Amino acid sequence: MTYEQLSAFAQTSGMIYFMAIFAAVCLYVFWPSNRAKFDKAANMPLQDEEIDHVR
Amino acid sequence: MEPNQQRSKALPRFDILFTGVTAFLVALWAVFAVSHADDAAMVVHGWIFIAAAVLAVLAMVFAAGGSALTNDNSTYSDGVIRYGVIASTFWGIVGMLVGVVIASQLAFPDALYFKDFGFLNFGRLRPLHTSAVIFAFGGNVLLATSFYVVQRTCRARLFGGMLPWFVFWGYQLFIVLAATGYLMGVTSGQEYAEPTWHVDLWLTVVWVAYLLVFLGTLWKRKEPHIYVANWFYLAFIVTIAMLHVVNNLAVPTSAFATTSYPLFGGVQNALTQWWYGHNAVGFFLTAGFLAIMYYFVPKQVNRPVYSYQLSIVHFWALIFIYIWAGPHHLHYTALPQWAQTLGMTFSVILWMPSWGGMINGLMTLSGNWDKLRTDPVLRMFVASLAFYGMSTFEGPVMSVRAVNSLSHYTDWTIGHVHSGALGWVGMVSFGALYALTPWLWKRERLYSLKLVEMHFWLSTIGILFYISSMWVSGIQQGLMWRSYNEFGFLTYSFVETVKAMHLPYIVRALGGLLYLLGTCIMAYNLYRTVKGSVSSKEPLSTANPNLVPAE
Repeated sequence: MTYEQLSAFAQTSGMIYFMAIFAAVCLYVFWPSNRAKFDKAANMPLQDEEIDHVR
Repeated sequence: MEPNQQRSKALPRFDILFTGVTAFLVALWAVFAVSHADDAAMVVHGWIFIAAAVLAVLAMVFAAGGSALTNDNSTYSDGVIRYGVIASTFWGIVGMLVGVVIASQLAFPDALYFKDFGFLNFGRLRPLHTSAVIFAFGGNVLLATSFYVVQRTCRARLFGGMLPWFVFWGYQLFIVLAATGYLMGVTSGQEYAEPTWHVDLWLTVVWVAYLLVFLGTLWKRKEPHIYVANWFYLAFIVTIAMLHVVNNLAVPTSAFATTSYPLFGGVQNALTQWWYGHNAVGFFLTAGFLAIMYYFVPKQVNRPVYSYQLSIVHFWALIFIYIWAGPHHLHYTALPQWAQTLGMTFSVILWMPSWGGMINGLMTLSGNWDKLRTDPVLRMFVASLAFYGMSTFEGPVMSVRAVNSLSHYTDWTIGHVHSGALGWVGMVSFGALYALTPWLWKRERLYSLKLVEMHFWLSTIGILFYISSMWVSGIQQGLMWRSYNEFGFLTYSFVETVKAMHLPYIVRALGGLLYLLGTCIMAYNLYRTVKGSVSSKEPLSTANPNLVPAE
């Protein structure tokens, strides 16, 4: 394998790898049914009153 | 919770077992290290290890006597976080003080050179400064905040009984070992990874325990979704474990010698070192502190983060891209050109997730910008985000090979690091400490908001002095080094470029001094808050004059 072949392979597969990951993340993030879950999650820090299930 | 307590009694207490066995093994090895050591530094470290093991066992015996070791699943475990806040403040002052000392040594080398006290000279103190501020101050802030945030957002008590205490004290032991090693002149010689091999092994044990505590808490969470801050903390813990182990692979010259030889040599060693070094920035100083941002900024504004979706894209983009950026530290070296270009390209791409995160944090204030006028703690967070944006823009620019040919090895790099460290990491940490202290000690408010404001201005002006002087000296240095006369000879001798740095170095030391002063004011403010006092000039009732009932 020549340097040119190796670099062409590395560059192409690297691009596909990153595009695929980015597309997967975007799909997950913008999937309509996930919307409610994320809205709820965003409010998690604001609803963390002290737990009080002692006794 | 009856069934819970029942179950915990039946379980073998692996945390006590783990700590006990670790203390025994460490003490056993340390006794041999003291008696068979190849060098004096190892004797000192052996004694420190023995003292720590004895203290650990004594602490456990006393805790068992006071029945503090019984499993309590009722509330959050905050004791260890309180210690974390105190340790962060303490190490912050130590690290920044050493920074001011070495900055002054550079500005006034004649006055501050101690011929008879080798341990006080720049070469010994410089790693002490960087490790103290990054790993001791920053590390303790990350430990404390991660323990706080993971419990609140999972609605679960910290996992592991006394394991979090093992992590906390084990980490302080690591700091003491690293610091004493540097002062005695034993290091592994790799920047930001200076601790010697036995100290590295100890940190590995502590770090695995940290990962266990964090994962265990996530495992028993009562919320189905894992909040984004926890993702950032987890990425920080896992990646640091990987970086630490790989970069510190070394063979010691004997079981009781501080010297060791790294497994990698030459350019492979350099590449591994900067893969480690830049990702220490990316995952320790960025991912970990972004976790702080994603919890504390919404908390301080009392609104959810601007876009939760953006935070997920931010997370995955940041961690997938950061890991490749290291080779930009090795432009114009023996590293193949394509690898340098790869590092540079990923550094430039990194600008996007960085700014996405910054915008996400800043826009959380949208509709609430007026709070900046009244809440100096929030102002601390916003300033930290502004510095984050600035240094994550400057970084990619400096990683471009052509710019790097001017900036590399000059003070510009030092200035860039400090705009990130003092501006982003420092100020987001101060904000978190100011927020945590009243929560942890159940105080209504900080002792004085005026003092927070004073701290804010001292640190901001300090940073500006610091980075402006380093821009001036760095670019001047770079230009003088590359300037040739008409015969093709260098225009300036090296010592002339050193002489030209004198004034910027004085300004830099002054900036650092202001920053240190601000931190001392914070320490006083936090101390008074813990004591439960409220500044007489700022009574509690004036905070909300409109809410006083008209009776």
